[in-house]
Amino acid sequence: MTIAFKPDETYRGDYTYRNSDAAILRFPFPFPEDSYMYSVNIEPHVRGGFTPVYDNPIDVDEHYIAECRDKAITLERDPGRYAALPHMMTAQWDALEMLMECLSTDYPALFSLHKDGDHWTWINRPLGLEQSFTFGKEETLPCEPFEYITRQVQGDFALLDQRNGTLYLDAGMVTSQADWSLQFDVGMDFMEWHGPVPLAHQAGVFERALKFLLMLRQGQPMRRLNWTMTVNPRLDTSPETYPEWGPDRTQLTLDNIGRKLHLRVELQTLWRLPRSNAILFPLRCYLASLDELVRVPKWGRRLHRVLSTLPRELAEYKGMVRFLPTALEYLSAHDDGAPTRSGCAAEISTL
Amino acid sequence: MTGDQLKLRVAAIQDIAPTLRLVRFENADAGPLPPSATGAHLQVVLQAPDKQIRNAYSLISKPGSRDVYEIIVRRVPASRGGSAYIHEQLKTGDLLTTSWPGNLFAPQRSARKHIMIAGGIGITPFLSYVADFANKGIDYELHLCCREEEKDSFAPWLPEPDKVFMHWDADGHRLDIPALLLRQPANTHLYVCGPDFLTDDVLEAAEAGGWPDNHVHCERFGSALSGGEAFRAVLQRSGKQIEVGEHESLLEAIEREGVEVPCLCRGGACGVCLTSVLDGEPQHRDHYLSKTERASGKHIMPCVSRARGGGLLVLDL
Repeated sequence: MTIAFKPDETYRGDYTYRNSDAAILRFPFPFPEDSYMYSVNIEPHVRGGFTPVYDNPIDVDEHYIAECRDKAITLERDPGRYAALPHMMTAQWDALEMLMECLSTDYPALFSLHKDGDHWTWINRPLGLEQSFTFGKEETLPCEPFEYITRQVQGDFALLDQRNGTLYLDAGMVTSQADWSLQFDVGMDFMEWHGPVPLAHQAGVFERALKFLLMLRQGQPMRRLNWTMTVNPRLDTSPETYPEWGPDRTQLTLDNIGRKLHLRVELQTLWRLPRSNAILFPLRCYLASLDELVRVPKWGRRLHRVLSTLPRELAEYKGMVRFLPTALEYLSAHDDGAPTRSGCAAEISTL
Repeated sequence: MTGDQLKLRVAAIQDIAPTLRLVRFENADAGPLPPSATGAHLQVVLQAPDKQIRNAYSLISKPGSRDVYEIIVRRVPASRGGSAYIHEQLKTGDLLTTSWPGNLFAPQRSARKHIMIAGGIGITPFLSYVADFANKGIDYELHLCCREEEKDSFAPWLPEPDKVFMHWDADGHRLDIPALLLRQPANTHLYVCGPDFLTDDVLEAAEAGGWPDNHVHCERFGSALSGGEAFRAVLQRSGKQIEVGEHESLLEAIEREGVEVPCLCRGGACGVCLTSVLDGEPQHRDHYLSKTERASGKHIMPCVSRARGGGLLVLDL
């Protein structure tokens, strides 16, 4: 498998990020039905599914190099996007091992991991890195193990410690979040960090999800898709940088919304880690503009219908109230009223 | 890094005391094993001539071990088959199916100090604790209550003997639980694994001593709970009627009939085998359902619970 990386594209400034046709077709479109439904949409994270994004447990795509560079820029500007409480060091090593093994097994042309007892050598060819270190000895890496490896994997990462019958967000690498702050949330328990989410608490969604997650088993990761919308292909939509991206919401017009408004899908996976019994929680962000999405006819129709039925509270929570009417007007031109088939699949193989 | 079953080969068997047998497993498939964990267990499927036995055993291997897994099994007189099979029939080279390691008894990583109290073979989950803690310089004490002649059996797995205290049933050697609990610093976590009478004593002393519930952790021996009066169960969706014998659990009887129930601990703790009851009155023996859930009688944990008074249970299976 060869991935044609696009190393020069940007997620800020001139925003040159674009999806190739293949990247549009593999987009993890999150709406299986024509109307909006809130549910505990969690399933086993097994290989294969409606999108090639599910072919490997940790997905690497054409944006890999550019995204790792954007992450490094965000960390340079604000080192607080990485945090780990002291009791999470065992979980940090668990996460490093899990991610290095997944990448080197599934992408052997890009990544190699050589082990000689506890003496390991990691090679990352796309980023041009080679590092020898001793597993379990922090001082043999240039930074903490969780920071070291998550700088080299697309998406955000949280480590959840399990105690007192709940989960605590006790470590994170968070540079591409949908407007939440690691600095604010670190150390919170599951109910606390989900506090701001509307509607779901009343439906008992979080009690059920938590009970389920506490029983998560090693070797049997789970996944779910979450979504919001972002103006411009910007990864760093954090509260800390709100002045840089918040005003973009006022810039949308019927003429530019197809190019500027992006569906932002998070592939969230959950992995029980062995030594620490913590949970690794990668939140991988996929961005596609409305112009890109409507090239798949089913997705154009579906997105129009889902956004038309979105409860007001959710539109507010996701920060979409101001531009939702414009988005619906744009999308209505791509919805001919034809019936759609249930499921998220694109149902076409070329654009 | 994903999967749910392992194929293991018995690499070595060693009797470390007259009733204690160490079994070492290696991967029968290619590649390293999934990392073992502190406090983790392995569910082992044993193919006895007349039936299949599934038992959960604590992994005593060094946490993170990927070349071998080790368990220690005590020979018990009232064996339901697992202990007797391992002591009488299992041989080097045998192939077994097991689960991936599971963990219902992980240490609390934010604790300042760990106190472990073990009764006899209940020491096994703590052998991985002490390996982990010694390696990381974490403060702990391990108290083992056992027969005097067995107090040295576990020495090879105890890297810091000065943190291990042996107790046996003789004047001057019994463990004074309340006194032990009284002298611990704040944010100490307490763990107990052993027979019910020891666990109950420790839990009572902790409660009397004002320990917060979430600082006290126990792993009970589940197998002792599974037998009882024989009864019948109807598996509604499968259209089967099964007889549950005195010496088997409801879960074992269901599995014997070829009906799959997801399960994990097989000791009433984890909640995975939760099954809906359509009719009949369960006799709850689990540690998972709340008081209200028990009273409603709508669910049962078939790994340990049975029918009240030998009555009929109708299950949504």
